[in-house]
Amino acid sequence: MAKELLKATDVSEVFGGLKAVSDFNFHIDKGELVGLIGPNGAGKTTAFNLITGVYQPTTGEIHFDGKSIVGLKPYQITQRGIARTFQNIRLFSELTVLENVKIAFHFHVKYGLLESVFRMGRYFSEEEKIEEEALKLLKIFHLEDKADELAKNLPYGAQRRLEIARALAAKPKLLLLDEPAAGMNPQETKELMEMISWIRKEFGLTILLIEHDMSLVMGICERIYVLEYGMIIAQGTPDVIKNDPEVIRAYLGGEA
Amino acid sequence: MKYLRKNDFIMIGFAVVLFAVLQGLIAGRILSSFWQLNLLIVGINIIMAVSLNLINGYTGQFSLGHAGFMAVGAYVGVVLTTNFHLPFLAALAAGAVAAGILGFLIGIPTLRLRGDYLAIATLGLGEIIRIVIMNIDYVGGAAGFKGIPHHTTFAWVFFIMLFALFFIKNFVNSNQGRACLAIRENEIAAESMGVNTTKYKIMAFTIGASFAGVAGVLFAHSFYLISPNSFTFMQSFNYLIMVVMGGLGSITGSIAGAFVVTFISAALASWPEFRMIIYALALILMMFYRPQGLFGYMEVTNMRIFRKIFKKGGRG
Amino acid sequence: MEVTHQVLQQLVNGISLGSIYALIALGYTMIYGIIKLINFAHGDIYMVGAYIGFFAITQAHLSIVPALIISFVVTGILGMVVEKLAYKPLRHAPRISVLITAIGVSFFLEYTSMYFVSPTPRTFPAIFGDVAIEIGGIVINGQQMLILGITTILMIVLTYIVHRTKTGKAMRAASFDTETAQLMGIDSDRIISITFGIGSALAAVAGVLVGVYYNSIDPLMGIMPGLKAFVAAVLGGIGILPGAVVGGLILGIVEAFVSGFVSSTFRDAAAFAILILVLLFKPTGLFGKNTKEKV
Repeated sequence: MAKELLKATDVSEVFGGLKAVSDFNFHIDKGELVGLIGPNGAGKTTAFNLITGVYQPTTGEIHFDGKSIVGLKPYQITQRGIARTFQNIRLFSELTVLENVKIAFHFHVKYGLLESVFRMGRYFSEEEKIEEEALKLLKIFHLEDKADELAKNLPYGAQRRLEIARALAAKPKLLLLDEPAAGMNPQETKELMEMISWIRKEFGLTILLIEHDMSLVMGICERIYVLEYGMIIAQGTPDVIKNDPEVIRAYLGGEA
Repeated sequence: MKYLRKNDFIMIGFAVVLFAVLQGLIAGRILSSFWQLNLLIVGINIIMAVSLNLINGYTGQFSLGHAGFMAVGAYVGVVLTTNFHLPFLAALAAGAVAAGILGFLIGIPTLRLRGDYLAIATLGLGEIIRIVIMNIDYVGGAAGFKGIPHHTTFAWVFFIMLFALFFIKNFVNSNQGRACLAIRENEIAAESMGVNTTKYKIMAFTIGASFAGVAGVLFAHSFYLISPNSFTFMQSFNYLIMVVMGGLGSITGSIAGAFVVTFISAALASWPEFRMIIYALALILMMFYRPQGLFGYMEVTNMRIFRKIFKKGGRG
Repeated sequence: MEVTHQVLQQLVNGISLGSIYALIALGYTMIYGIIKLINFAHGDIYMVGAYIGFFAITQAHLSIVPALIISFVVTGILGMVVEKLAYKPLRHAPRISVLITAIGVSFFLEYTSMYFVSPTPRTFPAIFGDVAIEIGGIVINGQQMLILGITTILMIVLTYIVHRTKTGKAMRAASFDTETAQLMGIDSDRIISITFGIGSALAAVAGVLVGVYYNSIDPLMGIMPGLKAFVAAVLGGIGILPGAVVGGLILGIVEAFVSGFVSSTFRDAAAFAILILVLLFKPTGLFGKNTKEKV
């Protein structure tokens, strides 16, 4: 039984002659909290989109839980156990906070079309169950009293938290967070990071975190990959990364 | 959850009373035959509007070919009752199945398209259906199909409409319906939450088409003759207008939209030259001053003035 | 020999019809390019243009060219007025509201016209008599020569305006990205208004030419050609001017062949079948580029 939960081998992605990601090799072990950092435009989000099936890699292989996930549709990958948040928030804005979370239970709800439209069988028990679970998730993210509000009316920080709550409702093994603290103030960021550490323990999650802000990743990640111009230029523990001359050059733009 | 069931019973109770009153008016010959026919048309239009709303309002897929599915149902229905003398119920079922299958087959390739492209493709398909029917001599071609038995009664229309309303209301408030809402709101996010977006778009489209087929059977059996010209894209526009006027994403709205549009055109029937002009102006003004439609996303069950009747279990 | 002859003759008919679709499609594609609206009322603008030309010829006893010019100008202004009254207030409204408004405008134009000019079709006066030239057995009649001549001139003028004038550059910039164009100091309201003006004027010319070609006009004549012109615009790649012309010509030719060799009742179905095929295999049209949504 492999310890590796996610493994990318020689993945590259070419958009119209432009290499967005090349020779991308990396792995995440079960239970790890790994950071993926790099300057703007380094290809971090592209890497996420490759893992979640939004883009198909031009070359290379991606394995999740020992099986290849290349060629699967995004929803199939989510059903295998990878859930994500979006850098540019993508909530279901005209729906309530509670509905946003309920939707993510989609794959786990066990009743069919006939049970839905004729309100029979497991419909009521399943609906009750997911409502309960959804409210529990909202509570963790301090959103329970906003359950009936429309997602678009939430303040920015709360929208970011709702994105994570919603991703968790898909019951993933691996959670991908795309700049979850973007646009938050330092206090909110600190709380969010504590929350991430907590849910990881509580749900036994493996987490891959994209961040633009280095200091923040250093605080909670066990291992970090640094991406620049679509290539991994360094990897290791926060201490190693902090002192890596390549990383310093990439971030500060100075000579190594 | 118990509240949900309770609201359903209140609704059904209300509907039965309404039916009794209207049926009484018909039986007592208090309504003229003109208004009786319009009562049938309202019910049929409600089925059309609410099923189109499932596709356009709830799933966010812009379909402009609804009249095409209605035509398929209508023609399949009249062939079965007139030429094969099958019972009405069989015709209704066959109309639903035929339109549903066609919706499914058309949906698979076209629902990859987005927004305006889907709108124009569905409009084109609706027209193709009509033109094909026009060229089938067996069903009378452009001259129309004659000698249809008058099977459609108010009771048929009313209870099928009630069935359609409950079917779609329950669908929308279920796991499958939420998947459709998610697609409307943000397709990429929906897919990332494990929703097979293609499957649910096709599901919504197929269900919508089936009900349009049923409405077609009801429509056809209200007249002696139907012709392909009853199912042009202008009719599809009419159904879209009902949905938008009532509020995209509100069943209450679709009912109201169908009601208002049908009765405005009936009431203006005596001034045919002005009818469409007034209708056009009403439409434009509506978009200026209340673009979300009469009800927006609201349902009668959530409205404050009805709180005393409908228990707010709210969350379903 | 007989077959080749027929094919060439249908080709001539198709190009004539296609030129008319192209003129309407240009307006459609320009308007869609700039405000992303399927202007369902565009076909009715074309109808109004036909009536203006009709009255200029029959009531004012003008000849065809002044009639075309009057129709061009008046309908162009009508297009700008419609835009100002009906679409401008909805600039930031959801797309579906604007679309419904366009349907409303379409009904309004159709039925107010019907009220004023009566629903009965009018016979367009014959302008050419029996003028025709014959090249190797293929007949090109006077109406067809007029259509080809006028559309060629208008397309050259339009190309000049779009590529060589300041307004044309602003139009292209605004259709590429309205907001950025605005930031660059382009008055987008003015540009949108001009686009409607030009698009409507072109449709008006198409309307008069159709009157000349088919000798008959009626208040609902715009519905089908309007839709088909949209198909032509989609076929060429919506928002792309040469695309609209090529799309219009292809559509005209296909229709001529279907009515000539299959059955005229399937003529309309052919247009929509083309539409479906394009949308399935190359939704961005013959000249369009693929764009992907950024995630």
